Amino acid sequence: MAIMPSAPPDGDPAPADGHLPDDALATLPDRPFGVYVHVPFCSVRCGYCDFNTYTLRELGDGTMAGASIDTFAQAATAEIDQAAGVLGPTTPAVSTVFVGGGTPTMLTAEDLVTVLDRIREVWGLADGAEVTTEANPDSVTPESLATLAAGGFTRVSLGMQSAVPHVLTTLERTHDPANVARAVDAARAAGLQVSLDLIYGTPGESLADWRTSLETAIALAPDHISAYALVVEEGTKMAAAVRRGDLPLPTDDDEADKYELADEILTAAGYGWYEVSNWARRDDARCRHNIAYWAGGNWWGVGPGAHSHVGGVRWWNVRHPRAWAGRLSSGESPAQAREVLTAEQRHEERVLLGSRLAEGLPIADLDDAGRPAVAGLIADGLIDATRAVRDRSVVLTGRGRLLADTVVRRLLGWG
Amino acid sequence: MARTALQPNATPPELIRNFCIIAHIDHGKSTLADRMLQQTGVVDARQMRAQYLDRMDIERERGITIKSQAVRMPWEVDGQTYCLNMIDTPGHVDFTYEVSRSLAACEGAILLVDAAQGIEAQTLANLYLAMENDLTIIPVLNKIDLPAANPEKYAAELAGLIGVDPSEVLRVSGKTGAGVEDLLDQIVGQLPPPVGDADAPSRAMIFDSVYDNYRGVVTYVRVVDGNLNPRERISMMSTKATHELLEIGVISPEMVPSQGLGVGEVGYLITGVKDVRQSKVGDTVTNERHPASEAIGGYRDPKPMVFSGLYPIDGSDYPALRDALDKLKLNDAALVYEPETSAALGFGFRCGFLGLLHLEIVRERLEREFNLDLISTQPNVVYHVTMDDGTEVEVTNPSEFPFGKVAEVREPVVKATILAPSEFIGAIMELCQSKRGQLGGMDYLSEDRVEMRYTLPLAEIVFDFFDQLKSRTRGYASLDYQEAGEQVADLVRVDILLQGEQVDAFSSIVHKDKAYAYGVMMAGKLKDLIPRQQFEVPIQAAIGSRVIARENIRAIRKDVLAKCYGGDISRKRKLLEKQKEGKKRMKMVGRVEVPQEAFIAALSSDDSAPKDKK
Repeated sequence: MAIMPSAPPDGDPAPADGHLPDDALATLPDRPFGVYVHVPFCSVRCGYCDFNTYTLRELGDGTMAGASIDTFAQAATAEIDQAAGVLGPTTPAVSTVFVGGGTPTMLTAEDLVTVLDRIREVWGLADGAEVTTEANPDSVTPESLATLAAGGFTRVSLGMQSAVPHVLTTLERTHDPANVARAVDAARAAGLQVSLDLIYGTPGESLADWRTSLETAIALAPDHISAYALVVEEGTKMAAAVRRGDLPLPTDDDEADKYELADEILTAAGYGWYEVSNWARRDDARCRHNIAYWAGGNWWGVGPGAHSHVGGVRWWNVRHPRAWAGRLSSGESPAQAREVLTAEQRHEERVLLGSRLAEGLPIADLDDAGRPAVAGLIADGLIDATRAVRDRSVVLTGRGRLLADTVVRRLLGWG
Repeated sequence: MARTALQPNATPPELIRNFCIIAHIDHGKSTLADRMLQQTGVVDARQMRAQYLDRMDIERERGITIKSQAVRMPWEVDGQTYCLNMIDTPGHVDFTYEVSRSLAACEGAILLVDAAQGIEAQTLANLYLAMENDLTIIPVLNKIDLPAANPEKYAAELAGLIGVDPSEVLRVSGKTGAGVEDLLDQIVGQLPPPVGDADAPSRAMIFDSVYDNYRGVVTYVRVVDGNLNPRERISMMSTKATHELLEIGVISPEMVPSQGLGVGEVGYLITGVKDVRQSKVGDTVTNERHPASEAIGGYRDPKPMVFSGLYPIDGSDYPALRDALDKLKLNDAALVYEPETSAALGFGFRCGFLGLLHLEIVRERLEREFNLDLISTQPNVVYHVTMDDGTEVEVTNPSEFPFGKVAEVREPVVKATILAPSEFIGAIMELCQSKRGQLGGMDYLSEDRVEMRYTLPLAEIVFDFFDQLKSRTRGYASLDYQEAGEQVADLVRVDILLQGEQVDAFSSIVHKDKAYAYGVMMAGKLKDLIPRQQFEVPIQAAIGSRVIARENIRAIRKDVLAKCYGGDISRKRKLLEKQKEGKKRMKMVGRVEVPQEAFIAALSSDDSAPKDKK
């Protein structure tokens, strides 16, 4: 594998008041609406992480309102208010909320609930709404989890990454592996659904190490498991170590072996894959917030660097917390840039994202250039023949999931 | 200093001195020529553009002269003004014939050698040519101002070569100007004036012709007998083509029209023709109505020695490549080409060149002046194949080399001269042997410098001989070669197959004993260069149906980006769109996608193929 460039995409300028085209707004009533909240704080920055996060030291004294842990919730609510104005009265009740980071649990549970309260006040939460926060196993307690549950959170996603100490060390994860089990128990006791995040392909991780991580995770009986191949992102400490030759670059073959092992073990343990990197114990344990990303749903991303999508317009906020908070305090949109997708780009995304799902991509959604590729993909063992014939859907086989880029190019008629 | 120049067409031959400078590439010929232009007052310091005579950018950058020119300079000795014509000569082995014609236009030559490096093989070869043309040689050491200069040693070397006393070797510095006035005096004093019959029918030898965008073809001539005058009709004796002489004149240092050119004079002609093929180097110009009965000897048609396929990387550039070649041809009588189709590379041209440098120059000009991105196939020589039934096949493209029922294959050979410090004799012998060379003889030029003479197949030289020679002698060896007929050889064609499909661009003709090594090398190189595909791709090297080497590119197993959430979508789509662009630079060989870069890298002879692959 290669080192990935991690800069935000180039885009067009975003309007200062954040307004959206009418045809984008017109899609609001008919699609699920979600809110993503990006909490940009971490106690330390992990060596592999290129997310938009800041440690307390990096942020300095944090005098700017909204740019510190203490004032973040206040600025976030300001963005929610601004969003309500931009989206207008046809916005449906929020069906999913996802608080990610960074480490959202660097904020107090009360602050997280404050943000959720504002979402509820402004748009309302739909019946059975899914409300998730990511959490570091070290920074949750039975009390904080109970507070979250009482405040309306329904789900917690714990960054377990690995159960093997030397792998965690390479990832520079500081949590105590034993805390994962404690956090899972506490979350369950508080009535929250639990998801565990795992990473495979860390330099130095053996296939046996990975098996240990998978089995340890399964033994905790979470509702949901995500497993990601490690991506060495440009600009991270890990990328620098790889360039120096201090760490080997993970190979695609190794990752393929580990993906196949994960799918095998998780399937045997009763977890069904529903997206390339996600498995759930039951259909209702799937992460609906993420499914909305892949299905073209609308969402507003609150927070520094957060991405949003409404009706074919994608935009992203300025990345630095101070810049973000500054824009909000002066009543300006925090959007840095945006892109209004062309019909062709929407089609590309539809194929790119829809084909990742176990639900499949309706063959009817393919265009004339892509439809003829289906037979060849079946012959190559990359898409499921039965599903194609029976459901008229493109569903990736195990091999096809690993070669999804190839499949997508062919489904777009790019050869 | 500056004198009153003599008028063209009215200069007695006794006052003319025609000379050239024989020198190795970086021994300072252009700098010395510049200095002469300055000291004779032809160019003043303000006008001085460094290395005035080398006009083309490529020439200036590479420090070599491709096209010769002739400059007329006045010089006064003992109160008498003389006319000096300096004829610039190409310095590279590819242009031996052009050099021989330039030499034939002179009575004398300055043998210019770097006082820190000594004589090089190409200089020696041109010196032989000059001596064969009975030229008077003035030996000169240049760069005597350099701290590393060793004039005693190299004066002795030069004196030994041409049979003079070391004290007769002049010492100059083109850079500082030291010794240049004395050299100009010696040119007048030592070189004989031209001799010709002023009353005979006119005869002038073409020693160069250059296409100029504004003037059409400019032809450089040396008048031997009679004289040429404006508006007369002239005839080219080899082609019988006739033209009206629109303009005639001398270069000093720009074109200056004159009332004509007389015996012994050197200058230019303009007839309005647009293609240098109508004004061939070595041909004789005469008056149409009163023609000479006999041409000046030595004319020869240029013969391409090295062939290569040139293909545009973007197939839609094919018409642009054709137009560019048509334009270059106007100025390059030796360039030949014809359309060719490759299954792997698409539409292109099989081009013939005088040698490797000529190939490189043409390719570089196509890329630079015409903005084309090109792939060139491995250069090859011309083979003559006699089939069992007696039919003869000429092969200029390896993929056309016939199989089976071959009675005999002949390949061109060259006589090569290598000059090097004697400590490298062993290394050179080893290299030449590995390249199927036959040692013809060896002489010591001085105590520690040796001249080795080999007969070598041209194909071996075309491959990577020069680079290897340089690297095995730490850059000290110099090489010159001249074609020397053909030899019968045990040659086979090695094909490269991807997934069972032959890739014509990679076919090569090699000696039977080297076929295996070549096959292993190519298969290994391609394995590193071709990205993994969805399926396993076997790479085979084969002679006919016999596989001699094999590699496998394992199937790719993973290309998916595992994480694709809200913030990743735009980035992911852009990556995909970039891959789509990348696809356009892929060539399909059967089902195998081969990036252009892989073709380029596989066809280049260096071993810098990337080892690390995705």
